[in-house]
Amino acid sequence: MKRVIVVGNGMVGYKFCEKLVTKPQREEYKVIVFGEEPSPAYDRVHLSEYFSGKSAEELLLAPKNWYSDNNIELRTSEMISGIDPENKKVTTYKNEDFEYDYLVLATGSSAFIPPIEGSHIPGVFVYRTTEDLDAIRTFASKLKPEGKNKAAVLGGGLLGLEAANAAKELGMKTSVVEFAPRLMPKQLDEPASKMLQSKIEDLGIHILTNKATIEITGKNAIEKMEFSDGTHLETNMLIISAGIRPRDEVAGNSGIEVGKRGGIKVNNKMQTSAKDVYAIGEAALYNDGIYGLVAPGYNMAEVAVEQITGGTKTMADHIDMSTKLKLIGTDVASFGDPFIENEEVTAINYENKQKGIYKRINVTKDGKKLLGGILIGDASDYNNLFQIYINGMKLPEHPEDLILGFREEGESAMGSVLDLPNTAQICSCESVSKGQICNSISSGECSSMEDIVKLTKASTGCGGCKPMITDLLNESLKSMGKEIKTNLCEHFEFSRQELYDLIKINKVRNFDEALNLFGKGHGCELCKPLLASIFASLNMETANQQVTIQDSNDRFLANIQRNGTYSVVPRVPGGEITPDKLMVIGHVAKKYDLYTKITGGQRIDLFGAELHQLPHIWRELIEGGFESGHAYGKSLRTVKSCVGSSWCRYGMHESVGFAIKIEERYKGLRSPHKLKGGVSGCIRECAEARGKDFGLIAVEGGWNLYVCGNGGATPRHGILLAEQLDDETCIKYLDRFLMYYIRTAAPLTRTAPWLDKLDGGIEYLKKVVIEDSLGIAEELEQDMQDLVNKYECEWKQAIEDPEMMKRFKHFVNSHDSDDNMAFVPMREQKMPKPWVK
Amino acid sequence: MQDLLSQYHSVEPQKVKTWIKVGATSEFPENGGACIKYKTRQIAVFNFKRDSQWYACQNLCPHKLEMVLSRGMTGDSKGIPKVACPLHKKTFSLKDGSNLNGEDYKIAVYPVKIENEIVYIGFTD
Repeated sequence: MKRVIVVGNGMVGYKFCEKLVTKPQREEYKVIVFGEEPSPAYDRVHLSEYFSGKSAEELLLAPKNWYSDNNIELRTSEMISGIDPENKKVTTYKNEDFEYDYLVLATGSSAFIPPIEGSHIPGVFVYRTTEDLDAIRTFASKLKPEGKNKAAVLGGGLLGLEAANAAKELGMKTSVVEFAPRLMPKQLDEPASKMLQSKIEDLGIHILTNKATIEITGKNAIEKMEFSDGTHLETNMLIISAGIRPRDEVAGNSGIEVGKRGGIKVNNKMQTSAKDVYAIGEAALYNDGIYGLVAPGYNMAEVAVEQITGGTKTMADHIDMSTKLKLIGTDVASFGDPFIENEEVTAINYENKQKGIYKRINVTKDGKKLLGGILIGDASDYNNLFQIYINGMKLPEHPEDLILGFREEGESAMGSVLDLPNTAQICSCESVSKGQICNSISSGECSSMEDIVKLTKASTGCGGCKPMITDLLNESLKSMGKEIKTNLCEHFEFSRQELYDLIKINKVRNFDEALNLFGKGHGCELCKPLLASIFASLNMETANQQVTIQDSNDRFLANIQRNGTYSVVPRVPGGEITPDKLMVIGHVAKKYDLYTKITGGQRIDLFGAELHQLPHIWRELIEGGFESGHAYGKSLRTVKSCVGSSWCRYGMHESVGFAIKIEERYKGLRSPHKLKGGVSGCIRECAEARGKDFGLIAVEGGWNLYVCGNGGATPRHGILLAEQLDDETCIKYLDRFLMYYIRTAAPLTRTAPWLDKLDGGIEYLKKVVIEDSLGIAEELEQDMQDLVNKYECEWKQAIEDPEMMKRFKHFVNSHDSDDNMAFVPMREQKMPKPWVK
Repeated sequence: MQDLLSQYHSVEPQKVKTWIKVGATSEFPENGGACIKYKTRQIAVFNFKRDSQWYACQNLCPHKLEMVLSRGMTGDSKGIPKVACPLHKKTFSLKDGSNLNGEDYKIAVYPVKIENEIVYIGFTD
């Protein structure tokens, strides 16, 4: 058996192991991995998420036992201090020797600390490992009680900006100090940099450019940074993020050839100057370059595995450094050569300061080829542009269409993903080509996203290619004449719309009957809540009728929280509430010791109720005149309103009254996903109605009706459906729109993505709703009216029926409550004890 | 907190020492779960009505250590009876306690027997 020693257990070192264990020759190799950090390899790309609550464990690329399960000896906290290439052995810092047949150096890089006087003073940190982050967090928490809250970051590159965001999240007043005249000078041109800068400054991070730091001063800890222009910056801590240096010292000291400016020299087989010694990742100097991205590092790992196991794969000459990421909430992407501009090349720019978007593409003068580009603020076109660039594809007649998109007409200049050549790399992290994916589908090996991920590992890295794989899958299946599987799950081979119709036509009464007639097995957490929603949409059935098919929140008519307690949200239609009712809520919250918070939907959320307390709480709320707010359901949540013409000097119509009327009409309505509404009394739009599934804005002569907006992860503004409507017409159109959505949407699809998939888009929707092109308008209105007539408060229903009440008991065989629950105080209220990391 | 987890170990039917009576069958919801208490342990009990099978497992979610599994949705994956945790929808086999999403978490499962409409759970203590 041959022995492979891997030095370094970072992302690339781990990838080497992962690739090696899948090789058929795996059994011929004994693998020992030395890691200098105490933890096994973790996801450094998402290091900042460690600050936003991800645990060290969640960041691990594989749990510790993955190594032993795969017969890999992992030795963490063990540094290699010497290599003896002559005798093929390495020495640890404890002076133990290990012989190798193959040595793989994946030692990565360390933070570069510029030679500035004072950089050793306490309070100066780097941003590289979870240990660095722990140290930063501890230091910041000690500063705050002393009234100190200033942080500075040296370096306005990618990592520096991440560090700045992290410092800001820790509650520090943060400044970024950059030597160059702009942020991210290596990746972005000037307008792009400026756009990014203004977006970051909007978040309260201060940016200083053109500043060369010459000295760091302070008595016991850092106090000041002195700049070459005579100015200075006062700060209580400093994070240095001025670039990386390859960790080549052990290799260099052992006589292995390293570059003048650092990095272990390798050829296209990842071989170093020493026999059977390989270097990969950020430590490797390939083609005179160091590559600080995951994708090339992973490629190197694969090449090294291939070379060691007798394969022929080598590294490409040109390494693509295109990248797309979210930086402090802003999309930033660059691909190809982002700056190139000369007699042969024209740059096309689009800049929208109002929306904070900048796009640039570099196109050959003849308009035939795309050479590179930059996207700030909206990088949704990145995948397509990158494919066009990397595959040298032909551009559309007007290349500017590539960055100017026409959303409302649903036309795209990009063409279909099927137009890509088979060699196009769809997933760059795992290097999976379009051909590989399509072959796996046409051979019958894969027929779902799940299959493809399992077979190829595509989309398991950054996940950015997921939409393209979905398109490829659907298009390939379609071209094979296969129906695209929109099956709910393994229990029902139907789409939601098909089941909706089947249940309606066959008058199916419950889940068991549906399973007998159209499904198989026991059902699951996908089909059960979906059918519950269909039964509710057809018969206004409440969640009390078929309790165990409800999603777990609906089952207990409350929202489960972190520690298994629930939150309670009574309905406050339109956000209008009397002092008496406010006092009822206050009284209940106090009596049951509930954490109280105002929600984004203009109501009040009461947290920390134990399961057995829910009916008692609701009994009191119902006596006080409240009803269920359905905050737990895929159903109408709230209709938010501004105060409108009854008080506001600008108000055009009575927005509160109309919001109440609408919320009362649609309360309890269950739908494919949650539904939110808004009504604004004038175009100042204080109710944010365009950020809702349906929104009304008062104008001269009536209401403008907007549909298919939402907040959340992909915010969308609602699109105008009809103008200047009177109250009655408005409700008529709303009935038709909502019922049509409920009938036709795929599971868990909100109105905006539903409209995206609707053939013909908003124009088609207008025809259905306004012109009644399908001849179903009356039916839709009638269906809605039936549902409205059947409304019942499900909480009232529950507390009046002893059978229904049974489910609100923690134990079947005891009256005890859950003793596992613990709370800690927080700002005069309470919260659940934090989860163990 | 790790002490919490260490209380739960799967019990094989042939190794049961005590069968604990936990209630009448009618007290448990059909095709869903409920929780019972034995000493300091919380056990989730599931009634799969369609094929008259009963299962039991720890009520403790192994991911965040909260007492919630009995409130999860039940179902099957390729014939294996399962429960989905209500917190993050991780699913577990009720046959052997393994995680069905390919993650490392595992839960302890216990044998259940029904005699004269009474539900018993098997323990080794």
